[in-house]
Amino acid sequence: MSEWTQTIEPRGRLFDLKLGELWHYRDLIALFVRRDFVAQYKQTILGPAWHLIQPLLTTLMFTVVFGYIARIPTDGAPPFLFYMAGTVMWGYFSTVLTGTSGTFTSNAGIFGKVYFPRLAVPLADLLSKLIAFGIQFLFFLCFVGFFMLRGSVVSPNAWVLLTPLLLVIMAALGLGLGVMVSSLTTRYRDLTVVVGFGVQLLMYATPVIYPVSALPEPYRFWALLNPIAPVMEIFRFAYLGVGAVSLGLLTYSVAVTSVILFVGIVLFNRVERTFMDTV
Amino acid sequence: MSVVIQVENLSKYYRLGLIGGITLREDLNRWWAKARGRPDPALKIGMEDHGNRVGGELWALRDVSFEVHEGEILGIIGRNGAGKSTLLKVLSRITAPTTGHVKIKGRVGSLLEVGTGFHPELTGRENIYLNGAILGMKKAEIVRKLDEIIDFAEIAQFIDTPVKRYSSGMYVRLAFAVAAHLEPEILVIDEVLAVGDSAFQKKCLGKIQDVSSHGRTILFVSHNMGMITSLCSRGLLLDRGRLVSTGTAPEVVLSYFGRDGSAPYSADFRRGPKPIGDHLARLLEAHIEDAAGNTTGEVDIRQPFRVTMRYQLRQPTPVAPGPNFHFYDTRGEVAFISGSTEYDRCTGAEPGTYVACCEIPGQLLNSETYFIGLALTFVFPNVHVSFFERDALAVTVVDPIGETLDNLRNGYSGSIPGIVRPRLDWTIQRQS
Repeated sequence: MSEWTQTIEPRGRLFDLKLGELWHYRDLIALFVRRDFVAQYKQTILGPAWHLIQPLLTTLMFTVVFGYIARIPTDGAPPFLFYMAGTVMWGYFSTVLTGTSGTFTSNAGIFGKVYFPRLAVPLADLLSKLIAFGIQFLFFLCFVGFFMLRGSVVSPNAWVLLTPLLLVIMAALGLGLGVMVSSLTTRYRDLTVVVGFGVQLLMYATPVIYPVSALPEPYRFWALLNPIAPVMEIFRFAYLGVGAVSLGLLTYSVAVTSVILFVGIVLFNRVERTFMDTV
Repeated sequence: MSVVIQVENLSKYYRLGLIGGITLREDLNRWWAKARGRPDPALKIGMEDHGNRVGGELWALRDVSFEVHEGEILGIIGRNGAGKSTLLKVLSRITAPTTGHVKIKGRVGSLLEVGTGFHPELTGRENIYLNGAILGMKKAEIVRKLDEIIDFAEIAQFIDTPVKRYSSGMYVRLAFAVAAHLEPEILVIDEVLAVGDSAFQKKCLGKIQDVSSHGRTILFVSHNMGMITSLCSRGLLLDRGRLVSTGTAPEVVLSYFGRDGSAPYSADFRRGPKPIGDHLARLLEAHIEDAAGNTTGEVDIRQPFRVTMRYQLRQPTPVAPGPNFHFYDTRGEVAFISGSTEYDRCTGAEPGTYVACCEIPGQLLNSETYFIGLALTFVFPNVHVSFFERDALAVTVVDPIGETLDNLRNGYSGSIPGIVRPRLDWTIQRQS
């Protein structure tokens, strides 16, 4: 008779990311995405329109508070577009991070009853948030077009071609940090609290509502250590024509993101094997 | 038949007190206490002792080794805390073992619960896809079986209604219909069959047997001994994490009743982990005694024997409850149910301890093992069951063929099939 197809052992191989198995379950990931999207707006009046209302109101608030009251410079870009670019991009990262950081605790019920690659859940989460991002991004493009027609100084350029890469970095970073946190919350529930306001604080530490150029020199270096900073700057430069771009910093960002994602998945796969005993 | 599952020296331990969430602060406390040689402050005190505890560790499984062959239906039994569920969890890869390993040939599907991942807002159809995929089916496979699943669940007209509007029966039927159409080579089932109406249960059992007759292997955990003996080709008995017996299903079921100080013929329910009964009544104790008054689990087929149950009424009730005994054969079929006709259900009953005793005449049952369920029921004005403890007692009726070939068998020494073997009056007359 043929060989054993599966062996269950106390410890798995540390660096086995089990991506093949994940591919095998791609239908499940697709169905999770569908579930998240369909279930989220059932019994709401406005349905998916919420995807537009949220960033719009946030942007308006930022424009009033930071643009007109605090008068934070925007490198000459129309404040509304500047904040909207920040809100949409940051929004994707933060929803992925907060969503995936609850993977183990909020799916304990399912995970305790059936096996499938656990990474399918945060991946599906990332993808369903991508749909929301797509809607918001189109909305943002409409505003960019509108401002251009009105003759504002807005100059999209060839850097827009990097948008997919920027998006992948944001997704990977959100996922990597999210699964890391979610692995640690199986032991330390404190982290669920930390994530909530941690993301808020991180936003202020990241050039979302201000450009890097607005920072005094000694702080600029530290701000650029944050792998999200170059992403935000390049995104704004690509669509609005303001900000500083640097391929060196982008490479740095990709490298840091890859490490975080790898460590996150390794940690996640380790915790996945026994987390049912501690949750 | 080839071996499809090989379990070798499988152990799983839990550190007590660590089950459940802890915070970083507690972990630091523990670490600090350990560093100073103090006892671990996170250890819970007074946790129930299953007897498989060594210090602060609980061995849910200890050195369990066995093999399962292709096409077998293996029944896994044991008391609460024996490690059945942990074994299933390890086999279905929900949690990793502490030591030892399992080798498996083929795809494993596990049914530790029906309807895992059902989303109340989604329609029946959407949930079929979702649940099917969670259980490991490909989308194409679900599409192919969709009509069959809807048919099986008998909910065709509600298939596009969100499942939150379903009755619990419809919900369970839909959930089980999806599960029943899984086609893994190995199916692991926890006590999911304890749901649904009996007609639907039968349908599910039929489907399970259907599955195994196609060469698929099934591992099945149940407290229902009848189901184990009627479904399973082999049994496996766990006790406090250890494998104590394997063999044919009836053999293992019998050794189950012989264990743990609670003999099959005399059971004290006051010592169990939780009381049996409700706010009105509690089951205290029950036993079987033979015609001579000895408490025993083996009775002579020619002699009557008595089943006695003691229960406590905890408050005055407007009507008296009726005790009743349910006899099952080893295949789980009801042999008969008997209730007292001696009480007056129109008058109330006072609190106190009561003894109900039922005499089963000789030459009624067959020479078999019977499992007895004990129940206390109020039938007026509404049916209310205070307790119904299935398989509480077991009695083996012995036909001492060797001693006597008298009028019982008319000299015939082969086995006589049948749930009962009553001695009836016959007349034979020569007509011409």
